[in-house]
Amino acid sequence: MKKVYPSASAALEGLLFDGMTIAAGGFGLCGIPELLIAAIREAGTKDLTIASNNAGVDGFGLGVLLATRQVKKMISSYVGENAEFMRQYLSGELELEFNPQGTLAERLRAGGAGIPGFYTKTGVGTVIAEGKDVKVFNGQEYILETGIVTDISIVKAWKADPSGNLVFRKTARNFNPPAATAGRVCIAEVEEIVPLGALDPDHIHLPGIYVHRLIQGTHEKRIEQRTVRKREA
Amino acid sequence: MAWDRNQMAARAAQELQDGWYVNLGIGIPTLVSNYIPEGISVTLQSENGMLGMGPFPYEGEEDPDLINAGKQTITELPQTAYFDSAQSFAMIRGGKIAMAILGAMEVAENGDLANWMIPGKLVKGMGGAMDLVAGVGRVVVVMDHTSKHGESKVLKSCTLPLTGKGVVDRIITNLGVLDVVPGGLKIVEVAEGVTEAELRAATEATLVG
Repeated sequence: MKKVYPSASAALEGLLFDGMTIAAGGFGLCGIPELLIAAIREAGTKDLTIASNNAGVDGFGLGVLLATRQVKKMISSYVGENAEFMRQYLSGELELEFNPQGTLAERLRAGGAGIPGFYTKTGVGTVIAEGKDVKVFNGQEYILETGIVTDISIVKAWKADPSGNLVFRKTARNFNPPAATAGRVCIAEVEEIVPLGALDPDHIHLPGIYVHRLIQGTHEKRIEQRTVRKREA
Repeated sequence: MAWDRNQMAARAAQELQDGWYVNLGIGIPTLVSNYIPEGISVTLQSENGMLGMGPFPYEGEEDPDLINAGKQTITELPQTAYFDSAQSFAMIRGGKIAMAILGAMEVAENGDLANWMIPGKLVKGMGGAMDLVAGVGRVVVVMDHTSKHGESKVLKSCTLPLTGKGVVDRIITNLGVLDVVPGGLKIVEVAEGVTEAELRAATEATLVG
């Protein structure tokens, strides 16, 4: 079975439908599947529920799907960088489920690992705990969180081989591995597909079993907050 | 004269102990890394997936694949390790991080912390703050003692949605240092140029000891 597709649109062929759920990798604009997001925008798929730590910025990342009103609901931990998001949310056009960042990461990991729920201390005594089962372990309260399984996941990696083995680069790894495992079908976009055997098997970050379709492309990789220090003279 | 942002960060840096793994929040806590005392080696965790966070890059050396949790470009160090978000929060939730230094909107005398939303006004999200306060060994809050309007942010009980219940150990403000103890807060230190009476007047919370 061939995993490598010629384009993002080709890789999404037959997978998209209105009302579907998507897990997306990335933190801020770092390590986001920008080519697949653009292809979903092209396809016009509506009423999406997207589990992603952030919602992009106006005009880039998942922000482009918000601009076209393709998103019904976001499951995120932080959405502070997106004015259009705020507008749609405050006017009731967009649903938002806040998850603590670690809870979201673990929900994706658990979903992908066949674990339907887990107990965590995170959020005990806050609005996050409302309506959730509470259990005491060793005298401490924990709340029940559920694993997330989505129709597809879209992720970005640095390198892949044709079997779908992925290698990420620096902090662009972030949510990509847990998001990849949560999808029933995972589509990965990478900067470079190298020949079989070119990746050291000991250095694979995500084994190809989690990756069903693969594309190579050119990424803009926009920087959200450019911070620098002065060279000492 | 109360402490300024940098003096608060310098005071917070004195909380660090040799060998600790530490997470610094956004804002004043980020400045703490400029004041790590000599002879003390700490490893900074960035919850987006990095241990061993280095300083900002030189101009022209910014890497879009290398950012901190505030989405700022940073650099790596010889001891740096990268990992995914699930692993990152496994070490946070699992109690492997000795201390988190975080900003706050409100703190209460029972250690309750609010720093993630103002209903109807500011809806940004909690990011990793709820996981951090639930999981790390020690939580130190760094913030201004009062709001822009002069109202105390060190309260009997928080009015904003909580980030964590009973999670704060120590509060460092522009007016001084307070510890959360049974029955209320205890003054540990008064900032240079501030009187204890001024610190007490700016504090709504019960002060004990």
